[in-house]
Amino acid sequence: MNRLLKNREILLVAIIVVMIAGFATRAEGFASPANLANIFNDTSILIILALGQMAVILTKSIDLSVAANLAFTGMAVAMTNAAYPDLPLALLIVLAIGIGAFLGAINGYLVWALQIPPIVVTLGTLTIYRGMAFVLSGGGWVNAHQMTPSFLNVPRLPVLGLPVLSWIAIFIVIGAWFVLTRLPFGRAAYASGGNPTAAVYAGIDIGWTKFLAFVLSGALAGLSGYLWVSRYAVAYVDIAAGFELDTVAACVIGGISIAGGIGSVAGAVLGALFLGVIKNALPVIGISPFAQMAISGIVIVLAVVFNARAEKKAGRIILRDRAVPEGSA
Amino acid sequence: MTDQRPVAQASATETGPLLEMRGISQVFPGVKALDSVSISLFPGQVTALIGENGAGKSTLVKILTGIYRPNEGEMLIDGQPAAFHSAQAAIDAGVTAIHQETVLFDELTVGENIFLGHAPRTRFGTIDWREINNRSKALMSQLESEIDPTIRLRDLSIAQRHLVAIARALSVEARIVIMDEPTAALSRKEIDDLFRIVENLKRQGKAILFISHKFDEVYEIAENFVVFRDGRAVGQGRLKDTPQDEIVRLMVGRDVKDVFPKTRVEIGAPVLSVERYSHPTEFRDISFELRRGEILGIYGLIGAGRSELCQSLFGITRPSTGQLFLEDRPIDIRSSSDAIRAGIVYVPEERGRHGLALPMPIFQNMSLPSLGQTSRSGFLKAANELALARKYAERLDLRAAALSVPVGTLSGGNQQKVVIGKWLATRPKVIILDEPTKGIDIGSKAAVHGFISELAAEGLSIIMVSSELPEILGMSDRVMVMREGLMAGMFERDRLSAETLVRAATGNA
Repeated sequence: MNRLLKNREILLVAIIVVMIAGFATRAEGFASPANLANIFNDTSILIILALGQMAVILTKSIDLSVAANLAFTGMAVAMTNAAYPDLPLALLIVLAIGIGAFLGAINGYLVWALQIPPIVVTLGTLTIYRGMAFVLSGGGWVNAHQMTPSFLNVPRLPVLGLPVLSWIAIFIVIGAWFVLTRLPFGRAAYASGGNPTAAVYAGIDIGWTKFLAFVLSGALAGLSGYLWVSRYAVAYVDIAAGFELDTVAACVIGGISIAGGIGSVAGAVLGALFLGVIKNALPVIGISPFAQMAISGIVIVLAVVFNARAEKKAGRIILRDRAVPEGSA
Repeated sequence: MTDQRPVAQASATETGPLLEMRGISQVFPGVKALDSVSISLFPGQVTALIGENGAGKSTLVKILTGIYRPNEGEMLIDGQPAAFHSAQAAIDAGVTAIHQETVLFDELTVGENIFLGHAPRTRFGTIDWREINNRSKALMSQLESEIDPTIRLRDLSIAQRHLVAIARALSVEARIVIMDEPTAALSRKEIDDLFRIVENLKRQGKAILFISHKFDEVYEIAENFVVFRDGRAVGQGRLKDTPQDEIVRLMVGRDVKDVFPKTRVEIGAPVLSVERYSHPTEFRDISFELRRGEILGIYGLIGAGRSELCQSLFGITRPSTGQLFLEDRPIDIRSSSDAIRAGIVYVPEERGRHGLALPMPIFQNMSLPSLGQTSRSGFLKAANELALARKYAERLDLRAAALSVPVGTLSGGNQQKVVIGKWLATRPKVIILDEPTKGIDIGSKAAVHGFISELAAEGLSIIMVSSELPEILGMSDRVMVMREGLMAGMFERDRLSAETLVRAATGNA
């Protein structure tokens, strides 16, 4: 199935290229390098969140609280920045990652120690984290003029032709690839999702692996909290509302199996870019804002159907081989 | 078959058979589960179906209940040809089965459980609850029980649930009743109750197929018997003309020690000692020693607690009391990673469920428990993993296009090799094999057996759980027999015989 997966990723690249070419015929300059770089920069936060989501999904879990985590963390660092303008930006970023990781650890702990299904845990914490953002801010906004220039500008600084935000996403992609393919944690994540029982028999602590995946997802959500607030130059309770679904959609489009154990970093990134291209193209080619949501929804469903069919095919091959011992029992 | 007995019951019975199966064969890819089996069931009589695990009894039940469709042969009911295309067709023809594990719903009431799927309707098409409750009550009283049909199933005892399962089976106007090890979970008193019910069913003229391992019960309740071995009906007749020894001989049949050549190995010092190991529900007071180079077979019927014992030695479940010694040092195993570190590994029975992550490549499956060995300062090293996988793939003669293909694409035999290779790569001292050749073809079986012998010769200590007598007899230096969670005997190789093991396992002195 490795070949199939690779095919799927190549196929996704092809679809994205065709989409860009198609949109370029309707909107001049859509395929220009500057615009493509812009789309990538626009999709950076989704890519970062999707990679955290992917680590969680690999372990047969799901993290629905990422957007709420992002909102709380973004609010916290924005308020800190407004209240203590002298704190160095690096410290604020570390703070954002730390808060995010802590919120992720709460999810992970509930899933690990109390054995509550991840979807239930994160549905609960989704509301809690967003509620906490409300309590923290009292419902108020932190606006651009309250934030320091460095807080707002560093992600926009161009380095070698790309903004720092894009570079952060690129580093996270490389980091995620490294963690998932080169560290024992990554292998444990694939094994825990691929066959939890076999993983236990191989001496892997599934609960701990899930915990780490949630911490990773939370840390990336925290980082994204800062990036989001800085990018849109405003922090309020409802930022990124519903964005957790985009991260799940990016994973599913990218071929990460919701059942766990299957998927690649390239897939998640391409899934996010696929969504990014559509979101950027629809307004440009003059689709009414009312139709945009419906259209991107239809495209997501189509991509999921396509993926489900690909997975089914792979499943049949396995079933045929396994039919022998089962039949003879 | 040289020991095929003439079919005797036709002459001994006044009426013709209610159900007749002629030359039934069932083939699965690579396995012939039933080979031209002919049996007859007579009204008002109990026919006992006897055979080892895997002899084809369950397959027969599945054919009779319309779950499998046989590849060859015909079935006659009242002399008329019948074919079951579905489970419903079997029910319509009057065949009903009481299964080993009762399939009931805890959250539904007794009445709902009994009539699920064929509930009586009112004239408006809605479910007729009064009718359900009345008929449930009638059925329960027929079983000499007064369980209220409106009670939820989860509030009943195991034996009461069993009665509900029987009532459900009888609620469909059945003429042929299959009872698949109905006494497995029952106490002696409950068994007596059950037998009264069976006598009652007999008087009503129903034909009963009674599957059991326990000879005393079989002789108590059944008129006729059929013995299955390797998918064939190797003997049938009337029980009162047949001594128990004869049935044991039919069940075991062959003398196949030569087919499993075990190389003589010098047995060394004790490696693993188990002292008074007990589990709250699965086994009690198990003590044995495993020596260097030894193959210890563990034999017993399904549910005797063999796998549970092995899983607790591997840290999957915790024993309640008992102590483990590895090379004379007491050890405490709390998790599978403890066991792997200590040098005890477990090759599980169900490859797919316990053994392999099917979407992952072969080499990653193989290296999974050995990542400490193949990693360098906390980083995975694919080259080392591949080298490790290649070494054991060669040793086990694993056939695969590449070591990077997902395990799910391999055949059953090759998947088994990946599981074994994965555990050998951890360089264990003790290897526990749970049904190592279940569901794989004869050729792979011989290879696995040869390989087990080799491992013993290299000084590994091996525990081999198996339900296949020839395998146990051919491969083991000693055999521990388990029955109902207890040690039923420990037999040295020179005292091994199929009869002794079967007697110990079934509780027939």
